[in-house]
Amino acid sequence: MSEAASETTFETVGGRRNAGSRAWIARRAEGVVIPLGALLVGMAAFSIFLLAIGKSPIELFDLMWRGGFSSWFSIQNTLSRTAPLLLAGLCVALPARLGLAVIGGEGAIVLGGVATAAVGEALAGSGVPGPIGIVAMALGGMAAGGLWIGAVGALRHYRAVNETISSLLMAYIAIALMNHLVEGPLRDPASLNKPSTQPIEAIYRIGAIPGTDVHWGLAVGVVACILCWVLIEKTSWGFAARVAGGNMRAAQIQGLPVGPLIVGFCAIAGACAGLGGTLEVAAVHGNANASLAAGYGYTGILVAFLARQNPLAIIPVAILLGGIDASGGLIQRRMHLPDATVLVLQGMIFISILFSDTVYGRWKIFNPELWTEKG
Amino acid sequence: MTQRLLFNRRQFLQTTSATAALGVLGAGSAVAATATIGFIYVGPKDDYGYNQAHAEGAAALKGMAGITVVEEEKVPETVDVLKTMESMINLEGAGLLFPTSFGYFDPFMLQAATKYPKVQFRHCGGLWTDKNPKNAGSYFGYIGTCQYLNGIVAGHMTKSKKLGFVAAKPIPQVLLNINSFLLGARAVDPSITCQVIFTGEWSLAVKEAEATNALLDQGADVVTCHVDSPKVVVQTAAGRGAYVCGYHANQSPLAPQKYLTGAEWNWANVYQMYAKTFLAGETLPNFTRGGLAEGFVKMSPLGPAVTEPARKQFEATLAEMKKGNYAIIKGPLKDNKGAEVVAGGKAYIETAIELESMNYLVEGVIGATS
Repeated sequence: MSEAASETTFETVGGRRNAGSRAWIARRAEGVVIPLGALLVGMAAFSIFLLAIGKSPIELFDLMWRGGFSSWFSIQNTLSRTAPLLLAGLCVALPARLGLAVIGGEGAIVLGGVATAAVGEALAGSGVPGPIGIVAMALGGMAAGGLWIGAVGALRHYRAVNETISSLLMAYIAIALMNHLVEGPLRDPASLNKPSTQPIEAIYRIGAIPGTDVHWGLAVGVVACILCWVLIEKTSWGFAARVAGGNMRAAQIQGLPVGPLIVGFCAIAGACAGLGGTLEVAAVHGNANASLAAGYGYTGILVAFLARQNPLAIIPVAILLGGIDASGGLIQRRMHLPDATVLVLQGMIFISILFSDTVYGRWKIFNPELWTEKG
Repeated sequence: MTQRLLFNRRQFLQTTSATAALGVLGAGSAVAATATIGFIYVGPKDDYGYNQAHAEGAAALKGMAGITVVEEEKVPETVDVLKTMESMINLEGAGLLFPTSFGYFDPFMLQAATKYPKVQFRHCGGLWTDKNPKNAGSYFGYIGTCQYLNGIVAGHMTKSKKLGFVAAKPIPQVLLNINSFLLGARAVDPSITCQVIFTGEWSLAVKEAEATNALLDQGADVVTCHVDSPKVVVQTAAGRGAYVCGYHANQSPLAPQKYLTGAEWNWANVYQMYAKTFLAGETLPNFTRGGLAEGFVKMSPLGPAVTEPARKQFEATLAEMKKGNYAIIKGPLKDNKGAEVVAGGKAYIETAIELESMNYLVEGVIGATS
């Protein structure tokens, strides 16, 4: 964490002593060039892996391009898979800015979905207009997710329970709770062999963005990323959170409300994931069932770390991972590689990006401070 | 792999399968010489279980002239499967799709079937009704009879008179398997009991191992299961010296000495039937079901440990079942809370609709549905 801490302070300090446009560009470029370089290194390492098992990396990257990005069909395929990753990524990125490693977003997604289905059931036959009903379901999902991850934050601050462990374990509890509710009190008796909640009425379903087959969740996710970026980078709350993330003790001594910050940011993060659950239920499944635990919460960890916990960077990263996922099928079918191949690629990129954290601030070209020191 | 050649053939296939589909709609005169058939699995193809059973069925088509098989494994029951189906249709020219996991049906396969009316979809699980798109359908096998045969062998082999069953979820299909297993064993010795543990998930290796160990700790000496991949249950039980009966696919390579027999799907037979009909340009049935008599399910070969009396009763019952209309669930039958669930004189053969909403465990099964 000390690495991240010094870097955060560095950015703020660096912003104040503006040393001309070249320095401004140099500092911004670092955050783009290093992740891209790490991405290339990860892909290169993966190519060596492919060569070792006798497959052509060129064919693979060609298929990846075609499966994920080359046609309108492929792009829609990618964007459909991007939508849930945006909100799942935010659930990890927001607490990370406070120095917390919350990895149990899956629990908030699942419970957000169940809460949405419960609200949907209450709305059935009520005559409430569609948009109001959808907002009510979204609020239900956000409340469930927010309470869940907010509780993780509260346990962390008030009872000193490690948030990584508690959030992960609470995700298991959430899934068990979902199974109980879906198989018990909320079960649609007609769902014999696949226990599910009552289907949500058609007027409360979230449809596709006109002209595409991608549901509105994509737009919701992008807006949420932008709002979270504004919250962190442009508000005093965000500034306080970043200070606390840099050095919790120092923030306390400064009189910053560390407790409310931790619980609040965790709750917002959980609300994002809960909203992701709402979208899965209202736009994809139409009811809540065990398929809600599809692992988006865990992919969200990858997304947030690749984006280096920057909400805006989550957008391109989620699209990239959506594309890799979309092309995974084509790779399986055309190259006869197992599904795990895509996981190997994701793992190599992940390690490469994490490793790249150590090179920030080391290269003179990106650091105007070093120019002056030398000159 | 010769990418260019394949691509050209695929383009060719796209047009031929489209023409064939049109032909079926018209007069059924056009004959498709070739076809691309897509298979989608929810887990790995080599799971020694549900997915492997389907992948073995798909593999049986790979040798057929004119058939190209495309497969994708580990596809979650989310928008992913919808996109995989569309990708198989748009990029590979698939004309017939088998999304094999139960949760693929609603809403994903139904959406795809509505969007691509010229492509045929058949789903494993028996959910299709005539309100659903006509280019969709279901197929399923009656595997309860096979669990009954598992029970007969287990009944002969158990010394403790206690059997164990690791089950995923208390849903009708699973309950029928548990009840059939115990009733098979009770056909050998009415004092036998069977303890069941539900793990709550279709695939959760740690809990399956824990459940198996718990069953063995309580004295069970023959174990079977209904989870997606029986691998963990088979290895854990055999590793501790207990006998195992398999499920979904043949797990005998995992425990050659301790594996007694197993209830297996025979999807190769079913998929070959579909592929032949499809190639001939004829209309595919919307709803297909069958049991041992129709060759939809089969038993693993008996293992080396199986005794002669067990073999005899197993083979006699199997021969009887292959004639069809064999009833496992027949009255008088009580559930394990003492309430009568089937009145005396009443018998439900495997096709009986009543069995599809089973919500009880029969007398002799130790465990609860909720």
